[in-house]
Amino acid sequence: MNIIVLAKHAADPESEIRVSQDGKSVDERGLVFDINDWDRYAVEEAIRLKEEHGGEVVVVGVGQTEDTLRKCLAMGADRAIKVPVEPGMDSYQTAMAVKEAISGEKFDLILAGLMSQDYNNALVGVLLAGMLDIPFATAVTSIKVEDGRVRIIRELEGGFGEENVLSLPALLTVQSGINEPRYVSIMGIKRAKSKELKEVSVSVEGGYTEIDRIYTPPVKKAELIEGSPEEVAEKLIQILKDRGLI
Amino acid sequence: MRVFAVAEIKFGELDPVSIELLNLANSIKGDGTAEAVVIGNNISNYAEELAKYADKVWKIEDASLENYNPELYVDVLFQLFSKEKPDIVLVANSSRGSEFAPALATKLNAPVITDIVGLDTSNGIKATRYIFQGKLLVDILVKDGETSVFTVRQGVFKEGSEVGGEVVDAGIKPSITPKREFSQIIEPEVGEVDISQADIIVSVGRGIEDASNIELAEELADALGGVVAGSRPVIDSGWLPKDRQVGISGKTVKPKLYLALGISGAFQHIMGMKDSELIIAVNKDPEAPIFGVAQYGIVGDIFEIVPALVDKLREIKG
Ligand SMILES: Cc1cc2nc3c(=O)[nH]c(=O)nc-3n(C[C@H](O)[C@H](O)[C@H](O)COP(=O)(O)OP(=O)(O)OC[C@H]3O[C@@H](n4cnc5c(N)ncnc54)[C@H](O)[C@@H]3O)c2cc1C
Repeated sequence: MNIIVLAKHAADPESEIRVSQDGKSVDERGLVFDINDWDRYAVEEAIRLKEEHGGEVVVVGVGQTEDTLRKCLAMGADRAIKVPVEPGMDSYQTAMAVKEAISGEKFDLILAGLMSQDYNNALVGVLLAGMLDIPFATAVTSIKVEDGRVRIIRELEGGFGEENVLSLPALLTVQSGINEPRYVSIMGIKRAKSKELKEVSVSVEGGYTEIDRIYTPPVKKAELIEGSPEEVAEKLIQILKDRGLI
Repeated sequence: MRVFAVAEIKFGELDPVSIELLNLANSIKGDGTAEAVVIGNNISNYAEELAKYADKVWKIEDASLENYNPELYVDVLFQLFSKEKPDIVLVANSSRGSEFAPALATKLNAPVITDIVGLDTSNGIKATRYIFQGKLLVDILVKDGETSVFTVRQGVFKEGSEVGGEVVDAGIKPSITPKREFSQIIEPEVGEVDISQADIIVSVGRGIEDASNIELAEELADALGGVVAGSRPVIDSGWLPKDRQVGISGKTVKPKLYLALGISGAFQHIMGMKDSELIIAVNKDPEAPIFGVAQYGIVGDIFEIVPALVDKLREIKG
């Protein structure tokens, strides 16, 4: 099984998020970057499949991804490809960049996270599958390799799942909770230092979309209850009593 | 504008999001048309229902379309759209729609924008969507493309009026053998507690930090006579069983009281609890989107608020 995994160095939605002066981008100061949460599950799944079936795991990152790629190597990926393009929010360009960067690679499976934690587009994976014309499935919660095929479960709404069988090569986007991603060990970090991290330059064209404006959503604010924890508790209990809940 | 909405049929029913797509289509079509596409086997009843809200309904019927298959969906929709050349295609941002829409877009060479909550066609095409899990909004302009594809968030375009159109058979059959085969639907797991029936829910999010802290939520639930539920990361981490997940891919709950502890309020979570009678949220981030759906909010640390609340409740009970 030769597996390509896509990993994004993505901003944490819990970090301090501000709009830049130009009103068209997000202020990078205050942002904390790490491997995209959904991609962490994808990398883990790839490593598990490799441990079971042999082969190689190649992780591909578009943009300033060095830290994340090193982390993936430390988790157990065999080599990394960095694609130094800055597509911003345009998933089409990201997918194009990946397509070009992997054009010389032989693979049975491509795994990606379901979406990125910063832009939440959920596009790169399926766009890439479309460009490569290979079968695909999204929000995958279980992967089993059979003879030249994969049997997967994908998540539907309301706790339901759907089982499908895809011929290989195929592309799957992974939903959170599919596995328990391993911690990066000191040994892993040491070993990662000697692994290959290759830079591949590609050129991507225009893109279809343009950001007009980024802004903070107007929120209907809850009535705030303030005070010390005891005072807050006191007030909450009064509200619950008034409504006959206690 | 010619706006096409791809209807969604789920477990033998027309999903309400299909009507929402047509509501949006009608509001942006101008002097054009709002048209629906329905795909499946034995689907005349759905087509008739859709025709109330559309100028025209295209039926694509075939035995092989009985179960959803993204490759067949892309294939038949591509056949229809290559001929009819819509300006805009609307698809539900559901587990299905968000899967096949991007592939359809690549085939059509069309721009695609996902999970939109607004679409303005008065001056070019401008879509609005959230980023950073609901913390920011972004307006995106479509630069070019004959057809543009959008996946639309459910629950946003509920208002609309009836139009009354006709149903036509598109006369389209699948032209490919898919490389993905459907095998079966898997039912949700069932546990001892059914959170969808509970009156009081103490729900914990990633803010609870660790499995051992679930106990804190359990103490509070005990004191209130309620049950403990959680957001997805809590379930993904194995701190609570799968059947306790509230949200779009978990359960929908409507308790008398929903206490959200350390939950940011991502849309997928909110979809599962927004109809609760009373929502109270505790979160240390004053900007957390959960405060947008809660009636009462406490900006604070759950590890201080919850123990204080448990103490006071125990005092009352004696
Ligand atoms: C297809 C799909 C389906 C999904 N389905 C679901 C679903 O069914 N249900 C669901 O919940 N999610 C679902 N999600 C995930 C969803 O997008 C969010 O990732 C998730 O809801 C976030 O959970 P959270 O609020 O617990 O965590 P986070 O977003 O990480 O928020 C944690 C919050 O806790 C606060 N906090 C931290 N420490 C403390 C403290 N000590 N005191 C007070 N506050 C604190 C932080 O300020 C933050 O707001 C789905 C996602 C996708 C893509």
